[in-house]
Amino acid sequence: MNKAGERLYNGLVKENPTLVLMLGMCPTLAVTTSAMNGLGMGLTTMVVLALSNLLISLLRNLIPNRVRIPAFIVIIASFVTAVQLLLEAYLPSLNKSLGVYIPLIVVNCIILGRAESYAYSNPVIPSLFDGIGMGLGFSVALTCIGALREILGAGELFGYGIFPESFQPIRIFGQAPGAFFVLAALTALQNYVKNRRKSAGKAYEKIGSGCSEDCMNCKDSKGCTKKFYDEAGKEDR
Amino acid sequence: MSELYRVSSNPHIRSRVTTNGLMLAVIVALMPATGFGIYNFGPRAFAVILVTILSTVLTEFLFGLCKWKGKVLSHLTVTDLSAVVTGLLLALNLPVSIPLWMAALGGVFAILAVKMLFGGLGQNFMNPALAGRCFLLISFPTAMTAFECDAYTGATPLAALKAGEQVNVLDMVIGRTAGTIGETSVIAILAGACILILLGVIDLRIPGSYIVTFVLFAGIFGGHGFNPSWISAQLSGGGLMLGAFFMATDYVTRPITAKGQYVFGVFLGLMTGIFRIFGPGAEGVSYAIILGNLLVPLIEKYTRPVAFGYRKGGKRREK
Repeated sequence: MNKAGERLYNGLVKENPTLVLMLGMCPTLAVTTSAMNGLGMGLTTMVVLALSNLLISLLRNLIPNRVRIPAFIVIIASFVTAVQLLLEAYLPSLNKSLGVYIPLIVVNCIILGRAESYAYSNPVIPSLFDGIGMGLGFSVALTCIGALREILGAGELFGYGIFPESFQPIRIFGQAPGAFFVLAALTALQNYVKNRRKSAGKAYEKIGSGCSEDCMNCKDSKGCTKKFYDEAGKEDR
Repeated sequence: MSELYRVSSNPHIRSRVTTNGLMLAVIVALMPATGFGIYNFGPRAFAVILVTILSTVLTEFLFGLCKWKGKVLSHLTVTDLSAVVTGLLLALNLPVSIPLWMAALGGVFAILAVKMLFGGLGQNFMNPALAGRCFLLISFPTAMTAFECDAYTGATPLAALKAGEQVNVLDMVIGRTAGTIGETSVIAILAGACILILLGVIDLRIPGSYIVTFVLFAGIFGGHGFNPSWISAQLSGGGLMLGAFFMATDYVTRPITAKGQYVFGVFLGLMTGIFRIFGPGAEGVSYAIILGNLLVPLIEKYTRPVAFGYRKGGKRREK
């Protein structure tokens, strides 16, 4: 598997930001009242994530280590502003239903996390695909949560009624507690599948990309995170 | 002789009290309220109770089957009767006209989400029956507050009271009113509560402090003063009696310290008063009790008794 494909696979499945890393919980729980909202939020975040990863990776040798966080925020905020203006112009209804959560993408910890842990210390093309992969993983998870909540809580899918009139929606799934129930159920399902694969000896194939199994438990001294922190340490000294 | 020299591992202090025995006592104590509910609301009430109990027991059985490691029947937690108690309590908190599938769904939620996923009996952080009721109340607000049945039409006495209408307190004490299946008859509930108190299953700390606090709160803030008929209507209406004697005293979700139990009761009284008098709805016992359940670890932390020979804070007393 080449590097770009590996990053996509990593973001979608292995390190899915919502169901594995449990990042970005605020938009995950707040806006997923319908599949459309989940998809809209996911794709908006994906665009910002891919572009900010791209730009931060391009500028990674220019941004001084000490002011990297403010620099990331400025870059991310610029993209979010641009995306919000585009949404206002072309998808006003989606913009209205997502409301304050669009500007809040600036402080989404997935975006800042990928900038810090991947884009800042990796070449441009893998960083771009890392952003797209993570964004796709986020979109898929949010759309699934939104779709389940919409089906159970309103009896609809993408705004179309899919049940006969007599169906009585379980309203709690459209409200805040339902978001927690569905998120927990999907996370449990994900863990169940993963554990079964592991016990069946079909652990995820090791990818020869210089990166070890997963970034969270990375012990590879040549791996991205370790190298990044070593460099940071040297510069501070 | 062999009894005398028997060597056994701890615990050395044993009791004849078993989980099954306690659960059976609660079931027996709930029988008057159940019987009156069936008499009051007709055979459909019996169907609701049966379906709810079946759904809780079946959920616990199937969950236990998935996790069953040994071959010993008693390792299946469904045999301890606690699922039956949960199902019965949940059913007594449902209106008689509720569609049966909703009652079953509430039972599944109560056992699966609140009890088994947190580790089964003894680990549930809130009363499963009440959590099931609140789940249904939020999910199906119309079906859960439709108290019309053949015998009684119109609002529950509490709703009528909130709207400023007159209610017949004697009917409320006997139970000839609209409401959920098991909450209407104060006499039947108190009869069951007496059984529990005489058997030593529960004591009056929580129900007593709960009811006294509620009466004081309602008297001070209710706008009717300590008007006896208004206060007694508030006391005998809604789920207050059922909640105070059967739900708030649940062994798992109440504080274990005596001081903590008083604090718990006072908190429930305050919350119920706030919900009933200042809230938009007429009833608030269920939410008050599950909110109180969430605070139990905190209450226990601050009311932990000091062990003999120790100072407050766990330090040994100096000589």
